[in-house]
Amino acid sequence: MARVELMDYEQALELFEPVIGLEVHVELNTETKMFSPAPNPANEKYHGAAPNTLVSPVCLGLPGSLPVVNGEAVEKSISLGLALGCSIAESSRFARKNYFYPDLAKNYQISQYDEPIAFDGEVEVELADGRTFQVPIERAHMEEDAGKLTHVGGATGRIQGAEYSLVDYNRAGVPLVEIVTRPIFGAEGDAPELAKAYVSTIRDIAISLGISEARMERGNLRCDANVSLRPRGAEKLGTRTETKNVNSFRSIERAVRYEIQRQAAILAKGGAITQETRHWHEDTGTTSPGRPKSDADDYRYFPEPDLVPVVPSPERVAELRAALPEPPAARRRRLKAEWSFTDLEFQDVVNGGLLNEVAATIAAGASPAAARKWWTGELTRLANASETDAASLASPEHVAELAALVEAGTLTDRLARQVLEGVVAGEGSPQQIVDARGLAVVSDDGALIAAIDEALAAQPDVLAKIRDGKVQAAGAVIGAVMKAMQGKADAARVRELVLERAAAAE
Amino acid sequence: MSHSDELIRLSAAELAGRLGRGEVSSVEATQAHLDRIAAVDGAVHAFLHVNAEGALRAAAEVDRARAAGESLGELAGVPIAIKDVLVTEGMPSTSGSKILEGWIPPYDATPVRKVREAGLVPLGKTNMDEFAMGSSTEHSAYGPTHNPWDLDRIPGGSGGGSAASVAAFEAPLALGSDTGGSIRQPAHVTGTVGVKPTYGAVSRYGSIALASSLDQIGPVTRTVLDAALLQDVIAGHDPHDSTSIAEPWPSMAEAVRRADVQGLRIGVVKELDTDGFQTGVRQRFHESLELLERNGAEIVEVEAPNFEHAIAAYYLILPAEASSNLAKFDSVRFGLRVTPQGGGTVEQVMAASREAGFGPEVKRRIILGTYALSAGYYDAYYGSAQKVRTLVQRDFDQAFAKVDVLATPTAPTTAFKLGEKLDDPLAMYLNDIATIPANLAGVPGISLPAGLAPEDGLPVGIQFLAPARQDARLYNVGGALERLLEAEWGGPLLAKAPDLSTHELTATEEGAL
Repeated sequence: MARVELMDYEQALELFEPVIGLEVHVELNTETKMFSPAPNPANEKYHGAAPNTLVSPVCLGLPGSLPVVNGEAVEKSISLGLALGCSIAESSRFARKNYFYPDLAKNYQISQYDEPIAFDGEVEVELADGRTFQVPIERAHMEEDAGKLTHVGGATGRIQGAEYSLVDYNRAGVPLVEIVTRPIFGAEGDAPELAKAYVSTIRDIAISLGISEARMERGNLRCDANVSLRPRGAEKLGTRTETKNVNSFRSIERAVRYEIQRQAAILAKGGAITQETRHWHEDTGTTSPGRPKSDADDYRYFPEPDLVPVVPSPERVAELRAALPEPPAARRRRLKAEWSFTDLEFQDVVNGGLLNEVAATIAAGASPAAARKWWTGELTRLANASETDAASLASPEHVAELAALVEAGTLTDRLARQVLEGVVAGEGSPQQIVDARGLAVVSDDGALIAAIDEALAAQPDVLAKIRDGKVQAAGAVIGAVMKAMQGKADAARVRELVLERAAAAE
Repeated sequence: MSHSDELIRLSAAELAGRLGRGEVSSVEATQAHLDRIAAVDGAVHAFLHVNAEGALRAAAEVDRARAAGESLGELAGVPIAIKDVLVTEGMPSTSGSKILEGWIPPYDATPVRKVREAGLVPLGKTNMDEFAMGSSTEHSAYGPTHNPWDLDRIPGGSGGGSAASVAAFEAPLALGSDTGGSIRQPAHVTGTVGVKPTYGAVSRYGSIALASSLDQIGPVTRTVLDAALLQDVIAGHDPHDSTSIAEPWPSMAEAVRRADVQGLRIGVVKELDTDGFQTGVRQRFHESLELLERNGAEIVEVEAPNFEHAIAAYYLILPAEASSNLAKFDSVRFGLRVTPQGGGTVEQVMAASREAGFGPEVKRRIILGTYALSAGYYDAYYGSAQKVRTLVQRDFDQAFAKVDVLATPTAPTTAFKLGEKLDDPLAMYLNDIATIPANLAGVPGISLPAGLAPEDGLPVGIQFLAPARQDARLYNVGGALERLLEAEWGGPLLAKAPDLSTHELTATEEGAL
């Protein structure tokens, strides 16, 4: 592959204005699929099922089968559209998007084309430093997912060069909502971060609505990033590329930044950008060209004759609107005030993607300070060490339980960290781990006194100093006692007892 | 006439009566039809698959249930033939195409499920033009069906197999599908009765789609009452078909039994009463109208100025939908798979399978439809065709504001010779000039025998059309006309058909099989 030249990011921004557009696919967690009665693998209940076990004649595209619209999917799509500030179409309809591909059972995808269910919205997106952007939403439409291909043999895992391919139709027909933004202007150097924050906001909205598991690593949430550059002062938009396969928040930011630098280098040399789909490579942090794409891509859309238009009742739409949860940005403002966090403390929580975890931990009884401390401290450290999300390591209930044990004096911070490691390793709840590992603070004075007496006897010089009023010398004895107790003692209590025993010693 | 010979000539209603009274068992009736198939289907070739074992088993089950005093449907124990466009669990379903040869579906189409639940006995699957594309059954990948009135002639299409099976007394009832006339035109050329119900009256679930917005499943029978009894079994809402009508239906059989045309206003469509129709076809059509008039009906001429564009619009909408519906036949999950020599990519395997599996008429329509939907042509072709469709619907609305039903000859000519129009697709397409408007508008239509054309002695049908959801009007006028005509003829028209059981195959016919 030819070496790709990248322009320095700051220099690229001096010469060009980046314009981005984002397409986010959200898999709905309905009980059954978009058009078929087969169970939906994007619902937690059916996740991880063996290949081709969640299928029906409809999602296999068997001759004679017909689609029927899933009412639950329509309602969830409407809720999502409303949460994105969209208008809901009085009547919307499905269309067929025709193209041949082995993961597409019917060789057409049922989607919405000229009449989407939701359109013309706006979402408030907050950057890490607290500034907010209004991202304009063009439309949100319903469609069905394709099956999953696994290419076997060949070096790349791609279809080219593979010996054979396996198809799993479990995912075929999973309900999707595709959310398409209008071109986003004015983000400038923040464009990569805005792209990431936007997808993160969509995730927050989906979770708060309960309409999707919204896990990027499972493909519940997928993002395609469109990037184009135009020379400073130019009116006309530049040619865009669409980067696909961007499957983590971090890579969204990296991919947009990479495309800005790549395109700037080409344009600065007088070259032209090819309008194409590009693939993001997580490992190398680069994009590579996929198939060329043009506006003339001919999917031969036509209205789906097997389905009737979707006409939601205005009353039902009003009910769904009334049931909407608080928008994420407003919720963040409220929580920050309620918890009395400083700007920095709150950003730590938000940027760590831990807002929901902290809120749930507080709801489970922990103090805001303790909840923040454990999530942004020890759990984040453990997550970084194992390259995972802190949120996936422990449940808010367990963290709240841990905080309560510290609060009650059953655990010291140091012991609590050991217990947390046990929780992360899946050994059970904090209390179970305390019991199983015997990690509770030794609060039996008899045991402590025996250890203290032994330590004082072993260090007569220290005893003498203490008795001479040099109280700070007690540290050496305390250390020895803590060591003997394997750390399972409350240091403050040990100190009290050491002074007591030293005074009492003959 | 032997007992078995007598059984096969009964109407479904008569046979059901005898079964109900215990005068004959379903096993006997089923065996009689299987014997008839064995005797004549070599010459007629109405069936692609005969399921003798399954049929006898189903018949025995009905006999057992009847003996046990269980409550049974009116047609329980009566044999039925099923057009191969409908998927059937345990029986091959090819839609007349090589690409589905040997495919046994894992599920029953809803109309098939309903006939089974009503105790009818499926005999097997009937021949048809490949994917229901044709008017002669000559486009079947498994060879043509022969018209029982003259084995050198076409039985109509696409449902020639269902119509011929009924006309040849191989089955008292059959299921058909009608996208542009595939039930009514075969009825016309075989002297039988065929009904295309209102779009949405019968579920399309399990009907291998040709054109989703036009397809409708319906009865193929020898009498109007039998068609009504069968429609009563298969009609009704199906949650598996979003386009099926939710409201319940009145009994069609009741409409036949109460048939009365006194005061009925019948509109004759001016544009379909021209010298483009064969003389004998028009003659029998007008005689039927006069007979109805003498019995109290009022005959009115109505105009349908947009019907002349119906065929053009139909031949854009149908291929457009078909090109998409047939995309699933790609060899990945079912059906024929052809791997190019030395292997190939999935794309090459798909292409080779479709090249080998589809016949020329199917390819012609896929190409036509793909073109009509292409960017830059969509508005001019598919878009314009949909506008014509709206205009045709408007013609119907205006006509039905004046009359209760419309009447037309069912098709322009009597049965033509096998091979006569095979190389002239446009001439073939014109066969459906009188039947297509009903599909474009979604309204119901019936074709029933009107007599034999004097010039060639072949059957002629008359078609009635009614407003959407007014299928009962068709059964009323059809039932009345049938009674009046049979009184004139002294019996059913099919009594005049040649006796196939004495027929010896000629050398040329053997070659054609």
